[in-house]
Amino acid sequence: MATTSLLDTSSASTSVLNRSRTVAGPGYNRWLVPPAALAIHLAIGQAYAFSVFNKPLGSLISGDPNHPAPADWTAGQIGWTFSIAIVLLGLSAAVFGKWLERVGPRKAMMAASLCFGGGFLIGSLGVHLHSLALLYFGYGFVGGIGLGIGYISPVSTLIKWFPDRKGVATGMAIMGFGGGAMIGSPLAVALMNHFQGSAPQGVAPTFIAMGIIYLLFMQFGVWTIRVPADNWAPEGYVPSTEHSALITTGNVSADNAIKTPQFWLLWVVLLTNVTAGIGVLETASPLIQETFSDKFMGTGRGVTAAAAAGFVGLLSLFNLLGRFFWSSASDKLGRKVAYAIYFGLGILLYALIPTLGHNLQLTLYVVVACVIISMYGGGFATAPAYLSDLFGKYQVGAIHGRLLTAWSTAGVLGPLIVHNLHESAVEKGLTGAAAYQNVFYTMAGLLAVGLLADLLVRPVAERFYEKGPVTIEAGSH
Amino acid sequence: MTQQPNSSTPVSDEPATGGSVVLAWLFVGIPLLWGVSQTFIKALALFK
Repeated sequence: MATTSLLDTSSASTSVLNRSRTVAGPGYNRWLVPPAALAIHLAIGQAYAFSVFNKPLGSLISGDPNHPAPADWTAGQIGWTFSIAIVLLGLSAAVFGKWLERVGPRKAMMAASLCFGGGFLIGSLGVHLHSLALLYFGYGFVGGIGLGIGYISPVSTLIKWFPDRKGVATGMAIMGFGGGAMIGSPLAVALMNHFQGSAPQGVAPTFIAMGIIYLLFMQFGVWTIRVPADNWAPEGYVPSTEHSALITTGNVSADNAIKTPQFWLLWVVLLTNVTAGIGVLETASPLIQETFSDKFMGTGRGVTAAAAAGFVGLLSLFNLLGRFFWSSASDKLGRKVAYAIYFGLGILLYALIPTLGHNLQLTLYVVVACVIISMYGGGFATAPAYLSDLFGKYQVGAIHGRLLTAWSTAGVLGPLIVHNLHESAVEKGLTGAAAYQNVFYTMAGLLAVGLLADLLVRPVAERFYEKGPVTIEAGSH
Repeated sequence: MTQQPNSSTPVSDEPATGGSVVLAWLFVGIPLLWGVSQTFIKALALFK
C-alpha cells in the first residue's frame, strides 16, 4: 500500500500535497493561480512590518515605551530578529529550491505556512518568557525559513501557467510581498491594542493570533494552487520571437546555472538594486525629518514624525505598485531593457535627491523617492522572469532561490553603507540634506555597477543546456 | 495496489467558474485593499 504521509517527499506518494496530486484538470482557470500565490506572499510580507513590534518589545518589563527598564531589550537586540529572518529567507530559498521543484508548490506552501505560523507561535513563547534567544529562533530562524520557502514557492508555477505574461504573473505575486506589510502593520497594532490588558504590551497573544491567522490564510494558497499538465499552453499561445536573443529555448539546471556568468551578473544586478533601495527604505523616516526640519523649513513648517510615517507608508505603496507595474512593463520592454531603465533612471534620480533636499523642494523630493522605490520593487519582481528567459522553466524556482542570496547580502550591506556614511558626515558637522549627500551619490555609483552588469548579460551558452528532453514538472530527466 | 498518478496526470478538477475566480480574488483583494487604504490614510499626514 502506498504511503499516505502528508509530508512524504516520495514522488510516488499519494499524499494530497504531492505535485502529482496538484496537476490541473481540464477547465481549471489559470487566473486562480495568482490569488493562490498572493495568499502566500501577502502573509509572509508581514516581515517588512516587524518594526511595528520594536517599541512594545522594548518595553515588556517597564510597560512604558518611552522609559524602558534596564532589563528591557534594546532596539539593536530586537532588530536582529528581522535581520536573522531575512538572512534565513535567502539561505532557505537557496537550499530548498531544488526540493521545491521536486515536490511541487503545494507541499512547499504547506511547509512555508507551518514554518511562518509556527515561527510566530515559538516567538510568542520567547516574548512570554522574555527569552531573546527563543524570539530569534522562532520568528527569525523558523519564520525565516518559512519566508524563503514561501517566497519562491509559487514563482515557477506562475511562470509555467503564464508563459505569455511572465512579468505580469510574477509581478502580481511578488507585489503581495510588498503589500503584506500594509496589512501586517495595522493588524498588529489593532491586535496589540485588543490584548493590551492581558499581557505586557499585548505582544505575546498578538504573536499567537497572527501565527494562527497567517497559517489559516496561507491554506487558501496551499489548496488552490495547481500545476499545469505536461505540454500545457494557453489557448492560441505562440512563443514570442521579440527580444528572442535573450529568451532561451533550452533548459538549464540550477546546478549548472550557477556556473554561468549570466547568473552572477544577475546576482550583482539584484544586489545593487536592493542595496540601493534598502538604503532609502531603511533611513526614510529620519532622512525626511532631518532634511526638511524646522531648522531649514522655518519653525512649525518642518516634517513631523507623523508626516515622516506617512512618507514611509507612501514608499511602501510605491514599492507595491512598482512590483506590478515595472514587472508587467518588462513583458513588453524585455527584461534587459527594463533593468537598464531601473538603473539608468535610478542613477539620475539618486543623484538628484541631494539637490532637491538642499533646495527644500519637498513635493518633488517625495515624488522622486517614490519613483526610486517603485523601481526597487520592480527589480525584485522582474528577476524571476529574467531568469526564466535566460535559463528556461526547468528549475527556475531553484535558480531564483539561489539568486535571493543577493537579497540577504544586500540586507546587511545596504544599512551598513548608509549608517557608516551618515555617521561620518555627522561627525564632520554636516546636517540636513548634506548629511545624506554621500549616501545618495554612493548608491548612484552602485547602480552604475548594476547597469554595467545588466548590459553585460548575453544569452547562455548551449553547453549549459540539459541534454535531451526534461520533465519540467518533475524537475528531473 | 493503488495506482499512482504520474506527474502529468491531471487530477479531476471541477471546471472553475467565473464566480470562483472572482471569489478567490476577493479573498486576497479585500485584505490588500484594506492595507492599502490604511497606508494611504497615514500618508496623507505628509501633505497636511
